[in-house]
Amino acid sequence: MAQQLFAYIAHREGAADDSALEMVTAARRIDAEAATIAVVVGSGAQLDAVCNQMAASYAEVWKIDDGALAYPNAEIIRELLVRILPPQSMLLVAHDTFGMDLAPGLSVKLDAAFVPDVVEIEAASDGKLTAVRQEYSGMASTHVACDMSGGIVINMRPGAFAADESKGQSGQIVDKTSEALAGGLPSVARRFLEVVEAEVGDVDITKSEVLVSVGRGIEDEDNLDIIHELAEAMGGDVSCSRPIVDAKWLEKPRQVGTSGQTVKPKVYLALGISGSFQHLGGLKGNPFIVAVNKNTKAPIFQVADVGVEADILDFVPELTEKISELK
Amino acid sequence: MEILVCVKRVPDTSENEIEVKSDGSDIARDDLVYSVNEWDNYAVEEAIQIRDRVGGSVTVVTVGDDESEEVLRREMAMGADKGILISDDRFEGSDGRGIAALLKSAVEGGNYDLIMTGAQADDGAAQIGGMLAAMLGRPFASLVNSIELLDDGKIKVGREIEGGNVEMNEIDLPCVLSIQTGINEPRYVGIRGIRKVASLEIPVQGADDLGISPDLVGAAGARTQRLDYFVPEMGEGAEMLEGSTDEIVEKLIELLKAKGGIK
Repeated sequence: MAQQLFAYIAHREGAADDSALEMVTAARRIDAEAATIAVVVGSGAQLDAVCNQMAASYAEVWKIDDGALAYPNAEIIRELLVRILPPQSMLLVAHDTFGMDLAPGLSVKLDAAFVPDVVEIEAASDGKLTAVRQEYSGMASTHVACDMSGGIVINMRPGAFAADESKGQSGQIVDKTSEALAGGLPSVARRFLEVVEAEVGDVDITKSEVLVSVGRGIEDEDNLDIIHELAEAMGGDVSCSRPIVDAKWLEKPRQVGTSGQTVKPKVYLALGISGSFQHLGGLKGNPFIVAVNKNTKAPIFQVADVGVEADILDFVPELTEKISELK
Repeated sequence: MEILVCVKRVPDTSENEIEVKSDGSDIARDDLVYSVNEWDNYAVEEAIQIRDRVGGSVTVVTVGDDESEEVLRREMAMGADKGILISDDRFEGSDGRGIAALLKSAVEGGNYDLIMTGAQADDGAAQIGGMLAAMLGRPFASLVNSIELLDDGKIKVGREIEGGNVEMNEIDLPCVLSIQTGINEPRYVGIRGIRKVASLEIPVQGADDLGISPDLVGAAGARTQRLDYFVPEMGEGAEMLEGSTDEIVEKLIELLKAKGGIK
């Protein structure tokens, strides 16, 4: 019998997250012959829609359906997975805000190895997995070896693996609800209350064609003037990376990234932004990216079209002046 | 409220360029500036603010070598009451599970209502808090960006989720939280503050003090091991503009005009 490879499927409003098809690719890297099993937890018609969608890409789909699971509470789902996963399971999970909540504790409960935020899988054989991770905000990469003989939970970085669009499966949907809920819903000490939607700002940067985006390299709140002046000269809007919002120098609706806004400008100026994957995750639509940074090791230079090695505090005023002279 | 905050001494990536050694065995550490992990600093600030509102104490703990004492002292200068250094040659090479197991024994040595970690550290793993909670059998919430104390041993926390939305949860104490940056504004610590706590005793706990099972910690107990460091192939990478500042500015303006970046 082919070995089984499980993937936990995140989904919203009846549609699977993009990571669902990326995990099909990751699973194939681990074992191209494995029987891939999508685990989908939720409730009602939306859950069924996701299960049907996944049946085209996974050899099997395990569903757990209960009204109390309509919103995913990692504390509950962790217990359900412990109940249904066979011993020594291999499980893929997206390294997103839910996966970070769920997976480290799950690996402990399963007594399995754990490897977080994997960006590449190089080899998997004889109970050993060799994967690639990044450290120091993407400035250095590492190979890690994991003993998966006792099972493993792998958190896969969203976007790191290409989506498998082949849809070559006609997977059977297996209802695991009664097995998972035998003995009732797990009683947990953390209860979901509500989702508070992000505030709306004075400028909607998701609509901007030109974004002048500032990061930690600005060093001081008073220096932000040079960014506003450049944006004005270019006819663009000011956006930023996370540290600027953490420091409360700009408001949250101006933050680009997975925990902020997803933007799709034509032109994106990354000024003093190192380019963490969480930041780049909010940048869509293949914009023309210009990176200005004094640290040439910054990961932003790997994704930018054009780079300038410079201190933004010196370079930006020069650029603004020249653009203003054109007008 | 008795609060334990787990902290880590890390190279400060805003102060350093990280270079990989030519043999790939490590990053070049000779000239690195170290500091407390940024996320942990927010966790300690949050702990201090809670203690100042409702009383109790804040203890900071780290797993590391002798030099890690400096980050404990820094957080004590911020206002933490006690520090614990978990240090032993036998802990070298521990993976996340090993570190969490060590922290678990520190938790069991006290009577804590609330245990906090940073949401992640220099290795971007975001794993310790969740593992620790599971080992302790206590509830966990990650990426916490607000904490409100309720009655009857409960708290209300906000978790930062995708798109800038916040997921509100009610959790029973004792629990483990991993703290996201931006939850507060950590206070500044000056040289004088650090001098004030320079003479405070920080107990060091090794394997024998903790009674930790050796099959969980150190390189031998690790199921996940780092093999090397490397610099990834850049792929295409950015076209770097060269020349004098004037020349670079000129080239950049031409490119921006062509791409519709100047209106």
